[in-house]
Amino acid sequence: MARRPLPARLLAPVLLVAVPTLAACTQNADPSDSGDPRALSVNSSADACELSATKAPAGKLSFTVANTGDKVTEFYLLAEDGLRILGEIENVGPGVDRTLTVSVPEGSYVTACKPGMTGDGIRGDFTVTASDEQAEVSADEQALVAAADANYRSYVQDQTDQLVARTDEFAQLYKAGKDDEARELYPRARLHWERIETVAEAFGELDPIMDAREADLSEGDEFTGWHRIEKDLWPQRAEDYTPMTPDERAAMVDQLVEKTHELDELVDDPATTYPLDKIANGSRGLLEEVATGKVTGEEEYWSHTDLWDFQGNVDGARVAFEGVRPVLEQKDPELAGELETRFGELQELLDQHKVGEDGFVLYTELNDEQVKALSDAVNALLNPLSKLTAAVLS
Amino acid sequence: MAANVAGRPDHAAAGSSAEATAYPFHGEHQAGIVTPVQDRLHFAAFDVRTSSREELQELLRAWTDAAARMTQGEAAGPVGPTEGDTRLPPDDTGEAIGLGPSGLTLTFGFGPGLFADAEGKDRFGLADRRPRALRPLPHFPADALEAARSGGDLCVQACADDPQVAVHAVRNLARIGFGAASVRWSQLGFGRTSRTTRSQETPRNLFGFKDGTANVAAEEGQALRDHVWIAPGDDPRAEWLAGGSYLCVRRINMRVEIWDAQPLGDQEGFIGRTKRTGAPLSGGDEFSAPDFAMPGRDGPVIPADSHVAVVHPEHNGDVRMLRRGYNFVDGSTDLGALDAGLFFLAYVRDPDTHFIPVQERMSRQDAMMEYLKFTGSALFAVPPGVRPGEYVGQRLFA
Repeated sequence: MARRPLPARLLAPVLLVAVPTLAACTQNADPSDSGDPRALSVNSSADACELSATKAPAGKLSFTVANTGDKVTEFYLLAEDGLRILGEIENVGPGVDRTLTVSVPEGSYVTACKPGMTGDGIRGDFTVTASDEQAEVSADEQALVAAADANYRSYVQDQTDQLVARTDEFAQLYKAGKDDEARELYPRARLHWERIETVAEAFGELDPIMDAREADLSEGDEFTGWHRIEKDLWPQRAEDYTPMTPDERAAMVDQLVEKTHELDELVDDPATTYPLDKIANGSRGLLEEVATGKVTGEEEYWSHTDLWDFQGNVDGARVAFEGVRPVLEQKDPELAGELETRFGELQELLDQHKVGEDGFVLYTELNDEQVKALSDAVNALLNPLSKLTAAVLS
Repeated sequence: MAANVAGRPDHAAAGSSAEATAYPFHGEHQAGIVTPVQDRLHFAAFDVRTSSREELQELLRAWTDAAARMTQGEAAGPVGPTEGDTRLPPDDTGEAIGLGPSGLTLTFGFGPGLFADAEGKDRFGLADRRPRALRPLPHFPADALEAARSGGDLCVQACADDPQVAVHAVRNLARIGFGAASVRWSQLGFGRTSRTTRSQETPRNLFGFKDGTANVAAEEGQALRDHVWIAPGDDPRAEWLAGGSYLCVRRINMRVEIWDAQPLGDQEGFIGRTKRTGAPLSGGDEFSAPDFAMPGRDGPVIPADSHVAVVHPEHNGDVRMLRRGYNFVDGSTDLGALDAGLFFLAYVRDPDTHFIPVQERMSRQDAMMEYLKFTGSALFAVPPGVRPGEYVGQRLFA
């Protein structure tokens, strides 16, 4: 699990990249001084929205928005109709500056500062002239985004369905005291959880109940979910362990089943959607889960079945990458190629530890060198993966 | 050479003023708490091996003598590194010859083990004087503590502007203690991560952010009395501790490789401050008060789970700490990750009100926790300052 659920804002939809300015050598450098006609500065005060220029050549434009007012402000680049948003930057606090980067083709536009985040904002006209760096407008980008949403949604639903089925089956075995069979099924059921872990974590309350590890609890917290049952099935490392009674087992696993069904309903809710950034951030988030918990053998402390979880996270990260890949191929084909290679290298390493059709060796059977090789491959993938969201939104 | 300048004979001639800086060892409070934070740290925790109360007192007396000398740029022992009988090992190890005091402070603390052993047995006849809040810190969520980096019966915090001076001090105190006490663990730190006077710049931690902006500063007399120094009457059983403080120690590993893959905007959201200036996301400059109510697009502009929102005094019953932590990098792990983070040191008047609830809130709610792992933990009672002729903690034994 994540030590704590990922902050909801990481998963909330945003439309365009909003990157704060890089720490410059000089403070408050006016980007318009650089002589780059595509670097513009915006002074958003309580009652004015002053741009360093109202004209720029087509290409990748950056607007460095400085808030000189006393309320949180926003800045928008809108289409000529004043409605369609090409780029926006939110939550610019008083005295803070943030940079919006957006690719803009030739045409007429409207800029707007919105001090206090209310109303239509203080608007002005903005012109983008033809240039050699004419930004590509993809007619079918809208369609690609919609397809990514639909595909990822059905992937998550499919994995949840399989998780429900296998958790139900697991519960029967566990309650019936068929421990060997339950141990066989444990990592195979969890594989589906791990594939969609970042989505499940976004539904705040479920993750701590279903997937908390004992070390993450406070004194007095109740230890429930998969890892509580894991400890009961693999008590070898536990000191003075008292096995759960049949009644305790039933109560524990019934709660897990109930929460799994709840998760299933949540992902079926039509209100749950997957914009590009959510899918791309999810891909990165899953790989971070690998880096923090799985590659170190901390996740499955009792059973040592970490490599199943590892595979599940990598599967999920890869599906998410593939989901946004059509958009990425248009924006940054080089990054797409690098990610393809890195995913391949990591999978090749994982395959070396496979046993049979769908199994893996235990984490404790890996030697230091093998763990290091896996860790290196994860880091090699994490680096380009951290650029995915910004790339697909550029 | 006169006996009273034995030891580090060249320091007076040594160059920079940082090297010549010396802080008085004696005073109302121990040095190394409100002292302007030096650049380097060597912190050591000791297990007391002797079961004799007299030997323990003897150790503290010997440490006091050595500390009084070393903090003034003199040798650890009265003879000096090169001045003694050639048939004997020197009473100072010598690596600080010529380095000057370099702002060295040595601050001593007493752990819970001094008052009762693991079975609750009174080791030195001190049990009835145990400070009320002095006990091992509770387990917090996400603690992954290593026994070999936690606890201790005694501690020494050595801070100096020259790492060799700090290491020299700990090395010599350990040498003096052999037999009576043994080093349980020790930690090197660099790049102070907080400031204790207003004239110092707020430094950056290994996440690249300014840290400890809201720290209690030496100039804040009332805040020091309210939040840092133990007052007479605070703890009737432990009046000997009046004028002292509690030291909360946490070794916090940072998952820097994962952190470095976070977009800048997300990093600032986790911290609640801008990376460049350290201003709260509600605006202004570093020292502007955060406005946690200022609305942003999705909830407050300073996210409720950001570090600054979770640990700010405003959300913690107005309690403040005097932090004087350091960055550390202890090489790399088996997996090639930096074994790095923040060695957190905070002085508070009462850990039950000023530290434990804040740490609990942070462990449960702070967005930054995803990138942290707590690997060491300890709590010490820090006795008041030493008067000339006294040894450190003497009032405990009176």
